[in-house]
Amino acid sequence: MYQQIAQNRRNSFFLILIILILLLLCGYFIGEAAGFGLWGLFISLAVSALLISFSFLGGDKAVLAASLAHSIEKKDNPQLFNVAEEMSIASGLPVPKIYIIDDTAPNAFACGRNPESASIAVTSGLLSKLNRDELQAVISHEMSHIKNYDILYATLIAVLVGTVALLCDFAWRSMRYGFIGGRRRSSGSSSSGPAVLIVFVIAILLSILAPLFAQMLRFAVSRQREYLADASGAQLTRYPEALASALEKISQDKEVLEVANRATQHLYIVNPIKPFETRAQNNIFSTHPPIEERIRRLRQM
Amino acid sequence: MSVLIILIAVAGILILAVILAYNNLVQLRNRVRNAWSQIDVQLKRRYDLIPNLIETAKGYMQYEKEVLENVTKARSMAMQAQGPAEQAKAENALTQALKSLFAVAERYPDLKANQNMLALQEELTSTENRISFARQHYNDQVMTINTAVESFPTNIIANTFGFKKEQFFEVAEEAERKPVKVQF
Repeated sequence: MYQQIAQNRRNSFFLILIILILLLLCGYFIGEAAGFGLWGLFISLAVSALLISFSFLGGDKAVLAASLAHSIEKKDNPQLFNVAEEMSIASGLPVPKIYIIDDTAPNAFACGRNPESASIAVTSGLLSKLNRDELQAVISHEMSHIKNYDILYATLIAVLVGTVALLCDFAWRSMRYGFIGGRRRSSGSSSSGPAVLIVFVIAILLSILAPLFAQMLRFAVSRQREYLADASGAQLTRYPEALASALEKISQDKEVLEVANRATQHLYIVNPIKPFETRAQNNIFSTHPPIEERIRRLRQM
Repeated sequence: MSVLIILIAVAGILILAVILAYNNLVQLRNRVRNAWSQIDVQLKRRYDLIPNLIETAKGYMQYEKEVLENVTKARSMAMQAQGPAEQAKAENALTQALKSLFAVAERYPDLKANQNMLALQEELTSTENRISFARQHYNDQVMTINTAVESFPTNIIANTFGFKKEQFFEVAEEAERKPVKVQF
């Protein structure tokens, strides 16, 4: 269990490092080729950060509203609150706000930029189909997302990926409209013909491939954080079988979660968009790892 | 001249590192103490729930006076217990008494269906869980601080400023090691 946790953290760290390196490479080569140097990088970063900060700051309310979640009090469902409060004791975190989504499909998600302002939403289907231990396992998975600051993590990665996309976009435009002018304008470049050409070619390759690669990395990080949330959740309950069994029940359920869409699918414990879930076997573009693999890792603990 | 600057910079970094390590140890130690007191909070919660349980059950279980009395007695003993070993023994006895009560309650369908009783069962199950999670959390915090106190180079700072390894919460007696699966 501890090994899995350490492994997942290491993997996420390396993936982010790769994204950063990619970003710097793009910043350098594209900047050189298009003539705006590293300024391109800084401006893209600023714009990306600005755009995403809106979703970061107002994010939870938007997501909760879009998912038609309504908040409940302890007396509406004492067991759910007890389960959450027990996890709060085990983790040392404050109890998050609890929401319910009226849908028979079993699923759950967590949102919130830090443990003090976090929320967890659970479908009514989940409440009716899982037993107490399985419900606790799902809640512990969600609280682990909060504990590991995964929302913040995902936002940072979104900023980086957005920066890569913006930068490559700028480059493409400026190269299309004025690359000859760009080269002449960059008075600082004293390199000879062939070197400039190589830089240029690399820049073009990067501007096409980098955004794609960055997205793949982002999905890879998302999958690592899901494994990490599974393992951290098991650390809280010390009962991985409950989560394995809960995942089995959720994956075998045929109901479709109506409020889920492509924008929110990555937040749920199991991808609510059925085709995405079944395709997830070895897909590098999926936000969640394959459920069989998640269950296998849990049972191996 | 530049050698002097480098020496001062290095000294500055070292002092900063020591301060950060010290503060981290302080935080870890306080978390351990907090986690310990949280266990008591959950134990008290159980004491408070029990009288309500007795009242609810009494009406239906007129012929089971002994079982009810056992619970009440076990509760007072647990509340008066001194020291961790005695406390652990008394708490275990209380858990056993509660188990007997719920086992007997199975034979009274009216009581089983009673809404109050169901709510109390959920609350008591939750309380037993909370007690174990509180102990688990305490042990996790102890593990964290012990690792910090034992690892290099934090151990130097720990020894200098008197941070000790903390004690795990362990069951003292052999009998208590048997799994107490609380299923009300």
